[in-house]
Amino acid sequence: MATTLKISAASLAALFAVLGDAGRRILGPAEVDGRIELKAVRTLAEVAGDQIQPVLSAKETAFPRVERLLSYRMAPGKVELQDYDPEVQPTVLFGLRPCEAAGFNSLDAVFNWDTRDKFFNARREQLTVVGLSCTQADDACFCTSVGGGPGSTKGSDILLTPLPEGGYLAEILTERGEALKDLAPALFQPANGEDKEAMLAKVEPSFEHQGLAAKLPGLFTSDIWAEQSLRCIGCGACAFVCPTCVCFDIQEEADTKQGQRLRCWDSCGLRQFTLHASGHNPRSAQSERWRQRIYHKFGYFAERFGGPMCVGCGKCSRACPVDMNLKEHLTQVYEV
Amino acid sequence: MEALRTKAKELLAQGEVQVVIGYEAGTAGVRRPCFVRTAESAIRLVWDTNCIGNLAGYLTRPEIKRFGKPAIVANNAVLRSLLQLVAERQLQQDAVLALAVAQDGVVTELPTAQAVEDYLAISPGGLSAADREKMEHLAQLSREERWTFWQRELERCIKCYACRSSCPMCYCGHCTMDCNRPQWVSVPSHALGNLEYHTVRAMHLAGRCVQCGECGRACPVGIPIHLLTCYAEESVHRQFGQQAGTRAKLDYALGAFRPDDKESFIR
Ligand code: SF4
Ligand code: SF4
Ligand code: SF4
Repeated sequence: MATTLKISAASLAALFAVLGDAGRRILGPAEVDGRIELKAVRTLAEVAGDQIQPVLSAKETAFPRVERLLSYRMAPGKVELQDYDPEVQPTVLFGLRPCEAAGFNSLDAVFNWDTRDKFFNARREQLTVVGLSCTQADDACFCTSVGGGPGSTKGSDILLTPLPEGGYLAEILTERGEALKDLAPALFQPANGEDKEAMLAKVEPSFEHQGLAAKLPGLFTSDIWAEQSLRCIGCGACAFVCPTCVCFDIQEEADTKQGQRLRCWDSCGLRQFTLHASGHNPRSAQSERWRQRIYHKFGYFAERFGGPMCVGCGKCSRACPVDMNLKEHLTQVYEV
Repeated sequence: MEALRTKAKELLAQGEVQVVIGYEAGTAGVRRPCFVRTAESAIRLVWDTNCIGNLAGYLTRPEIKRFGKPAIVANNAVLRSLLQLVAERQLQQDAVLALAVAQDGVVTELPTAQAVEDYLAISPGGLSAADREKMEHLAQLSREERWTFWQRELERCIKCYACRSSCPMCYCGHCTMDCNRPQWVSVPSHALGNLEYHTVRAMHLAGRCVQCGECGRACPVGIPIHLLTCYAEESVHRQFGQQAGTRAKLDYALGAFRPDDKESFIR
């Protein structure tokens, strides 16, 4: 289905107006008080140019930090249950980096694995991902070690790649991408053998993820996890900024008459992660929770879904207060 | 830096300490915590103006305590934390050897809380000029404006608890935030949950915060949350005339009773 077109910067700016008129909300990386955040924008000019990516991932658009699942009210002899449908709005995620775009593939897999998650899918179905290839990378990036790359099309409905002569190559990758293009087909032109690679950032692979996955079963009792996690302070920053971390916790906010059930992000960094009602925790030490983080992402998930639950965006490494650089740790494990 | 490495090497070789908690080179010029346990690996230690993080939180972590007696590479924030931890009986007077490193690289060994107190009396350190300015700006706002400021900031909070985890004084093994039988504080990171968390934390740090700014530095979404705890701390300082992190013997202002209290309601 993929077709490769071109779009000029002026036409891309015009596309924003078309999307707005078509009732699409546009979220893109933009500057707020000196920080880059994913926020609602109306024009291309509002989108921040010279930046790697926002701190938080776009997963929140499909898997928010707090999702209300149901509420209830108790009356004598009965319980009134109230279901909810999330409030959704057709949304274009503009300018997601290829790593973040690929993150949606992991989320899709988990939230549709044995049951189709109603909340996630209702939100997800309204999203069109317009990825933007990277022309720069930093020390935290390692997309090329986990099957992605600065120009990878995974997870994008349309992928834009900047061209040296100005404008963008526009790869229309899915039906959703096609539908978006069809809102203003005249803004796109046929491509003419442009070199997609010309402006792409160079990201040297640091390890090889299949090899890493193959190593893990033999390292479960290794000292490496305790050694690596010594400086980990056990917060939730890494998991919460991660575009693929899906662990959640169900919270009940209730009094004796009524309540609501909420789904909240959880993190393997936190001490209460997998704490049983009995008081027992199979992962009571920080090192065991750090090992779980690595095994879940690069072992268990890979076994079940055929690839790692990590897109190499480096958000966790940038967010970590104590510089637990994931690329560095994984490379060390790979080289054991 | 050489003096520090030599000292660390010596201490470890002679078995005077079993671990040196210090800084090593991390990603892109960042200085991160490291735990040196052998004389040969003292070479990992780094000391320069980028060593701004507060390492004192590790002094109460079980993973680190296990190693045995620690020495800790100390900037002033670490030293203030150390005193406050002693005051709160989380550390013995002489359980930690602080290695204060001066600008010129000279290392001073501070083996007891008294030595730390004396050292700090000369150069206490405290909030950075930039933070001081922000504090003053906040103080000048009206109550309503301050409320709006914090609402706007806390809206971004994802409740990752990096502020709590990084704080040297947030050492509680079982934090109120994590209690669910009963549930004291709303867990989700919605407006109420965030507000409850940060209000409770700031109140619990009033009179205990050593103003290191670590919680604000740790916040991934850039909330200057240390300004809230520092504000609470300074309020206690103003009203009770005592400051956390200055003395090894210090009653908790909000928890101690004195017969000569100036307020009549408490007598
Ligand atoms: S790795 Fe970093 S971000 Fe993750 S839990 Fe540990 S300290 Fe927090
Ligand atoms: S570190 Fe920041 S985002 Fe995390 S809980 Fe604290 S204030 Fe909220
Ligand atoms: S509350 Fe923040 S500024 Fe105060 S001691 Fe804790 S980390 Fe330091």
